Amino acid sequence: MSELLWIVALAPFIGAFTLAIFGASMPKKIAGAVGCTSVGISWVCAVILGLNYTQPQEVSIGWINVSWLQVDIGLRLDTLSLAWMEVVTLVGLLIHLYASQSMYDEDGYSRFFCYMNLFVGSMLTLALASNLLLLYLGWEGVGLCSYLLIGFWYKGVVNCDSARKAFIVTRIGDTALAIALFILAWHYRTLGMQAIINGAPPVAATLVALLILGGAVGKSAQIPLHTWLPDAMAGPSPVSALIHAATMVTAGVYLIARLGNLFLASPAAMLAVAVVGTVTLLYAGLSALTQRDIKRVLAYSTISQIGYMFLALGVGAWNAAVFHFVTHAFFKALLFLSAGVVVDAQNHEHDIFKMGGLRRALPVAFWTFMIGAASLCALPFITAGFYSKEAILGAVHTSQAGAGWMLACGLIGSLLTAAYTSRTVLVVFFGEQKMEVSKRPGGLVVFALVVLSVLSIIGFVGWPKLHLGESSEQMLVVVSTVLVLCGIGSAYVYFSRRQLSEAFAAWPFGNALHRLSLSGFGFDWLYQRTIVNPLKAIAHANRRDIIDAFYTGLAGAARAGESLCKLMQTGRVRNYAAGLVFGAIIIAYIVAVR
Amino acid sequence: MNNVPVIHALIFAGALFAIGALGVIVRRNLVFVLMSIELMLIAASVAFIAAAAKWNQADGQVFYIFIVVTAAAEVAVGLSLLLRIHHTFKSVDSDDVSLLREEGER
Amino acid sequence: MSVLFYISAAVAIAGSLMMVTRRNAMHGLVNLIVAFLAIACVFWTLGAPFVAALQIVVYAGAILVLFVFAMMILNLKPEAGRQGSIVEWIIPGILVATLLAQVIFVLTGICDLQVPGKQIVVGPEAVGESLFTVYALGAEIASVLLMAGLAAAFHYGAFSGQGGEDE
Repeated sequence: MSELLWIVALAPFIGAFTLAIFGASMPKKIAGAVGCTSVGISWVCAVILGLNYTQPQEVSIGWINVSWLQVDIGLRLDTLSLAWMEVVTLVGLLIHLYASQSMYDEDGYSRFFCYMNLFVGSMLTLALASNLLLLYLGWEGVGLCSYLLIGFWYKGVVNCDSARKAFIVTRIGDTALAIALFILAWHYRTLGMQAIINGAPPVAATLVALLILGGAVGKSAQIPLHTWLPDAMAGPSPVSALIHAATMVTAGVYLIARLGNLFLASPAAMLAVAVVGTVTLLYAGLSALTQRDIKRVLAYSTISQIGYMFLALGVGAWNAAVFHFVTHAFFKALLFLSAGVVVDAQNHEHDIFKMGGLRRALPVAFWTFMIGAASLCALPFITAGFYSKEAILGAVHTSQAGAGWMLACGLIGSLLTAAYTSRTVLVVFFGEQKMEVSKRPGGLVVFALVVLSVLSIIGFVGWPKLHLGESSEQMLVVVSTVLVLCGIGSAYVYFSRRQLSEAFAAWPFGNALHRLSLSGFGFDWLYQRTIVNPLKAIAHANRRDIIDAFYTGLAGAARAGESLCKLMQTGRVRNYAAGLVFGAIIIAYIVAVR
Repeated sequence: MNNVPVIHALIFAGALFAIGALGVIVRRNLVFVLMSIELMLIAASVAFIAAAAKWNQADGQVFYIFIVVTAAAEVAVGLSLLLRIHHTFKSVDSDDVSLLREEGER
Repeated sequence: MSVLFYISAAVAIAGSLMMVTRRNAMHGLVNLIVAFLAIACVFWTLGAPFVAALQIVVYAGAILVLFVFAMMILNLKPEAGRQGSIVEWIIPGILVATLLAQVIFVLTGICDLQVPGKQIVVGPEAVGESLFTVYALGAEIASVLLMAGLAAAFHYGAFSGQGGEDE
């Protein structure tokens, strides 16, 4: 049975390999079929494995064996990696199906599926790896695919810049993670997951945990390394759905959950995780309120929701974090895909204020977006998002590590979530229609959307039920329900009464607030001033390479000496004779001195 | 037949050698260069003879004979080279025969 | 006797200087012959009459006559303005003067040479005996050298059309 694990991980790689070599000469239909089939095989095997799951299992073959360090290529299936494997393969398959139709008119169709397959394979490697080195390989693999896919339309300069930004910013976190791996390898004398999970935490647990948190923050787009994610929306919609919403950006959550015992050994690191999550969810919620680009709204909401997951991790609620990951993967993928339908229908227009009234023109997109939005808002009782978010808030409330202010921030965050989501829905789908619909979704697209919609609603089935025993927990549910309804209501009021928004825009402080939020609170500006520009200045100052100057100088000195010596090389015999006499003088001088 | 300090003979030899060296360095005419070399050889032989006079030995004179032999051979080769140079370059100016320098730079 | 040494030494140096500074090669050659004859006198005053005779016969008589023949073949015209200005003489002059000064300095530092012992004449017999006994090997090598010089002169002297291979 465990051999199936190999197939799960290898099938997407084989698909990517096939597409990389033969993709260019394949008809589009076959390329799409190869891309979808490989992920499909992976999914089927994952489902079989999931149904038969009884206990953790590992498969491995030898890889590196030097001195005391032994690293295998090994896959490990336990409840945590099972959750990731199922979500990645299922959402991956649905998005592949969606993309095989929506991307059909694009150039580089087979290239797209090659990257996508490579991504799914890398993500599965990351999730299933039985040692940290293989995990790191998958970690870098998904980073590479993220870079390749953000820059998929590489002819646009903005796309390439965004891709580079994503790659470089996450690199900071990856470096921290690599250092953490070195320390762990040195401490445990192995990188095997089993030994690290069960072993005693290392001496410098706080340091290691914080370094791992650094890696997770970079990959999961948390403050302060979040700036790449909104720009990553330059990629195609299926990419945003798969990589920058459902799977890759949650790798940080996976990593922290996976190495939970390291974090449990260090309360300071746990607090850091919780603080990062809390600050991020508030910050991203506030930024999402004013974004004009539909995908940027969703990007900030992704950052915010992952902030919730970090908050859950920070208070030790691993289950709640994973639960929210699963539901978030479903409804955020759904939102991105239906946003992709909307964008395609509006001639690739991203600005929500140029859209409007698409309720009747695009009923499928409207209803699926509504379901996704409801789940994102955590509309009580009927959506999966509600259950997972309540699980997090409940955990923050009951946990030892949780604090009152975290709970308050989480509740305010749910208010913000409801507000910005409703705002988007209202602006895009209600009001008067401003643009003709140029493209309607095809059958596969609708299929993927419907399946994800169903999952967004019933995604809570099978997870632990809500605790409603104590009165304080009941209060919590009531309060968060009221807040969600308040958020939706305030958005409705704001957009239905024009004079209110005009008054806000006319108010100078409100206007400044609006601009601050629109720019993501100036993080890009700050980084540009404090990091990018000084680095560029240093690079510019060092464009001749200061260290190289020494060697250039050496070469120059040799060349100068050569031309000096060349002066003696006159070819005139009498000058050479003069040299002889000069030498005789020197020898005579030596004799005379002695 | 005495009273000639050997040191004076040696200084005389040195003076002849210096004049010969001056001719070799300064003159561009290869005939003068060859003659200056003859003068330097003779200066060396004067030193030998002076030393022979100092020690009253025949060895210095023997070395004079060797020097003469060397000079004769040198002159034979030198003059035939001079003729060949004159034939090839139409000149006996040593600066015209400066093929040893790097090409293209003068 | 010492007076003859100083006179002939002065003549030799003067002749040498004249030789070095002449423009016409033939004039220089004649000056050199004068200098060589004076040097023969110096040899005689230093008690080496055999060498003095050789100097006249071989050097002044044979070698320098070879120069004369060479110059006849070359048919050189006096250098017309080719010899550079007086400036060209300055640096070599300084070099050579330094060398001479050093030689004198070194020589005067060796006290043993200042006063010669009793001067006796070493005649041809002693020279011949020494040459063919102690220095027999040197004599053989000298003959080989002469042979080599002869061959080289033959080779370089052979012009095109008369067996010369390079032209």
